[in-house]
Amino acid sequence: MNERARQRLFLTRTRSAALAMLALVAALSFHLFTLQVTEHGYYRTLSDENRLNLIPSPPPRGLIYDRSGLLLADNSTVYSLEITPSLVVDMDTLLRQVRTVVEVGDDDLRRFRKALRTGGFTRSIELRTRLSEKEVARFAVLRHRLRGADVVGRLVRHYPYDELFAHAIGYVGAISRDDLLNLDQRRYRGSRYIGKTGIENHYERELHGRPGFRRVEVNAGGHLIRTIGGRKPRPGSDVMLTIDTALQEQAYSALGDHDGAIVALDPRSGDVLALVSKPSFDPNLFSGNFSERQYRHLLNSSAKPFFNRAVSGQYPPGSTIKPMVALAALHNRVTDMQRKIFAGPYYQLPGYSRRYHDWRKEGHGWISLDTAIVQSCDVFFYDTAHRLGINRLALFLEDFGLGSATGVDTTAELSGIVPSPQWKREALGQSWFPAETIIAGIGQGYMLATPLQMAAMAATLANRGERVVPRLVKAVRQADLWRPLPVAERKQVVTSPLEHWDYVIDAMVSVIHSPNGTAYRISRGMDYAAAGKTGTVQVSEIKHDYHDYDDLIRKEAPPAEEGLEDHAMFIAFAPVEHPEIAVAVVVEHGGSGARTAAPIARRIFDVYFGLLRAQFSLHASE
Amino acid sequence: MEHTYWLVRLRRLVRMDYPLLFLLLVLALIGVMTLISSAGGDADLIQRQIVRLLIGFFLMFLLASVPIRAYRRWVPVLYLIGVVLLLVVLFAGEVIKGAQRWLDVWLVRFQPSELLKIATPMLLCALLAGNATIRPGFARTVLAFALLGLPAALILLQPDLGTAFLVAVSGLFVIFLAGLHYRWILLIFLGGLASTPFIWNALREYQRQRVLVFLDPQSDPLGAGYHIIQSKIAIGGGGFWGKGWMNGTQGHLGFVPERSTDFVFAVFAEEFGFMGICVLLAIYLGIVIRGMMIAVSAADQFSRLLAGSLTFSFAVYVLVNLAMVSGLLPVVGVPLPLLSYGGTSAATLLASFGILMAISSYRPMMRKVP
Repeated sequence: MNERARQRLFLTRTRSAALAMLALVAALSFHLFTLQVTEHGYYRTLSDENRLNLIPSPPPRGLIYDRSGLLLADNSTVYSLEITPSLVVDMDTLLRQVRTVVEVGDDDLRRFRKALRTGGFTRSIELRTRLSEKEVARFAVLRHRLRGADVVGRLVRHYPYDELFAHAIGYVGAISRDDLLNLDQRRYRGSRYIGKTGIENHYERELHGRPGFRRVEVNAGGHLIRTIGGRKPRPGSDVMLTIDTALQEQAYSALGDHDGAIVALDPRSGDVLALVSKPSFDPNLFSGNFSERQYRHLLNSSAKPFFNRAVSGQYPPGSTIKPMVALAALHNRVTDMQRKIFAGPYYQLPGYSRRYHDWRKEGHGWISLDTAIVQSCDVFFYDTAHRLGINRLALFLEDFGLGSATGVDTTAELSGIVPSPQWKREALGQSWFPAETIIAGIGQGYMLATPLQMAAMAATLANRGERVVPRLVKAVRQADLWRPLPVAERKQVVTSPLEHWDYVIDAMVSVIHSPNGTAYRISRGMDYAAAGKTGTVQVSEIKHDYHDYDDLIRKEAPPAEEGLEDHAMFIAFAPVEHPEIAVAVVVEHGGSGARTAAPIARRIFDVYFGLLRAQFSLHASE
Repeated sequence: MEHTYWLVRLRRLVRMDYPLLFLLLVLALIGVMTLISSAGGDADLIQRQIVRLLIGFFLMFLLASVPIRAYRRWVPVLYLIGVVLLLVVLFAGEVIKGAQRWLDVWLVRFQPSELLKIATPMLLCALLAGNATIRPGFARTVLAFALLGLPAALILLQPDLGTAFLVAVSGLFVIFLAGLHYRWILLIFLGGLASTPFIWNALREYQRQRVLVFLDPQSDPLGAGYHIIQSKIAIGGGGFWGKGWMNGTQGHLGFVPERSTDFVFAVFAEEFGFMGICVLLAIYLGIVIRGMMIAVSAADQFSRLLAGSLTFSFAVYVLVNLAMVSGLLPVVGVPLPLLSYGGTSAATLLASFGILMAISSYRPMMRKVP
């Protein structure tokens, strides 16, 4: 009896337990149904977010060529070890593990920690770059164990000519916080470098391109499993410079160990054929491992290698402005082509006792305007400046482009100074002294010009008053087609009669080709006619008396202290009849314009015409 | 005549419940399939699991042939051995993942707690079936609770919350099925509720953490809540039809933790979807129903209680694992029967089905002899 009752009790208990179980199963099924059917969309999105990653593909930067198609800036693949902090569980452990595979210097580590602290624009932070093939291979073996670390291949700017074009092209460097404020972040996704100076900066829009992306599947460790899709980046446009590499090389080596700048222009188009500033630096440093220490060392170097003297260096133009002063004098009829004055060893303003010395101690005697240019007679131009007055002189010089930026297509161009009473009042809050007019006549005092402005001035002389805008980029390649950039319209800025131009240019030809010209020494063996003007600018200011040393006096004078030698200047163009090239040479502490600067111009001309002949013969043989 | 005799001898030797065998084989097959996907090409792992399953099935055949009387006679010894081994493990066991559960015996790592998963309810069955009245008396019930509490407490000390819970559940089912009065049950329930704060204090820090994270998984999405979140994403991402076998991204890309062991259901659900889950649940339900049929028609109280307890425990395993993986319960470390990778749990499970089969096959003989 008991057995039956027990069985019945067991049955009811089993039934209630089974019912309870069934209720739980129903609840569970409902829950799973909710997850898998009702909320499926939500979870599918989360699942995709887990596994899918958009990796930006930075565009390859546009290449830079010289005018004949030589590659001046390209991109090379560099393998870097990068760490994605958001994936790292224990940074110290990871760094320790990574350092067993890849050599990481203290500098790298310091830079990495700094980037880690400040937090950056990119998801991952570079720990070491320029990994060797061996290191890449070693890392690949251990990759699955190093969550958050990966080796990434990137295209990095490479300048095959190292420091030769550093100032002509500029350089690219790591995107800084300041850069971030100014750029469209969408266009720079995945990019690490940006044009900092020069062409690289001025043509950043063209060179950069548009980034693409890759849709990739990653695993829980953040490692890439496969690529699913994406969009290819649009590479940056290539850029062709007006620079001629052969000319650039010659100009660079011609300057030797001197600091200074050289600019060579084609006066017909404004094409910059060479642009040199010394000392220079290796622009490749900025796209590689460049330690803070190295950078500071270069930055604080007294020679200032990062300073682009060709467009930012402002020098007193000295006697190189005398042809312009002469034109102004003729134009304003303060003198004529025949009139002679007696030029003694010094000049005195009527009613003043201060003496303005000529560079030639004994003076030039009776001398006309053209001879004054040829021999660079200071006294004649002191007198001429006095007769012209500062306002008329300033106006004329401004027509030649002094005192305002040329508008060249690069960065950091400065405008120099053409002093005038109005300028002095505004800039210094002082009134003008007549003495300042006198020294302005020989391009000293407050007057400043950049080497590029001086080259543009020479070009305007060569064009007999037509000014061109200097340019560094000739063409931009878009969709495999070189699209030439339009040449700026040449403007007649100086309207002197033709006989004035002939008169002054003849005098400039005599500077080189006449035995009493200051640059006669460079004419030997010249088979073309060139026009030029020397200049020697005092660096150390002598308090009351102004000198313009030129040429010969240096033979007698004892050599000045190192660092106090005068700046040597020379402007020139050739051939005289149909000018094709105009140059300005500035040699800091070079001594005299005739001895140091002029021979450099000669060498550039020789290379240019030699090159031209070579090109012709090349075409003839085709 | 001769060959029929041998056939009868053979059928007596290998006593099988064929519906149960069929369902278990299907389940094992699904388990191996899921493992092939979740192992991610680890052929060693798959091979080891297949060997363990074979051993498990062999164990099942073996246990199915043992007469019920033998179980009843030897269960106190088994229980004692289990408890002694537990003590040994506590003092000399190998620590794996912060818990002392393993014992190295005969080159096989063995968890004594697995033995007690069967021995404990069986001992309670023997105890509670032995009285003459309909319901077990007070003294027997108290003794039953004590015999249940000892191994559960020892396992909890390892600490292994999941197994302790399962042992406790199997024993409680015996007591419930034996007919403990509902008013006692209510009293015990209220007492348990009142003692929650004390239990909370007794829990280890990581166990508390699990409970807290279970209550709010988003509080620590990359830490302790990661398991639950990733597992839910896998299940939810599977959708109605699933992503297809070997196509689960959550599982294959390593987002689901413990994807071959405790969380294997997440991998299964992602790849086979709601449809797959329905099929899986149907198989589990089939096994449970078959088990209840065996229990209900068992010959004596001992067999009844034992079959019922084993069956319901099995159902609880499944429910707890699924609830845990889908975020309804805290992560307690209960494997999914025959799907989760792991030798001892599969062996224990198949052993319990062997006992169930023994009960099933002894039934007709008992009926014939009143």
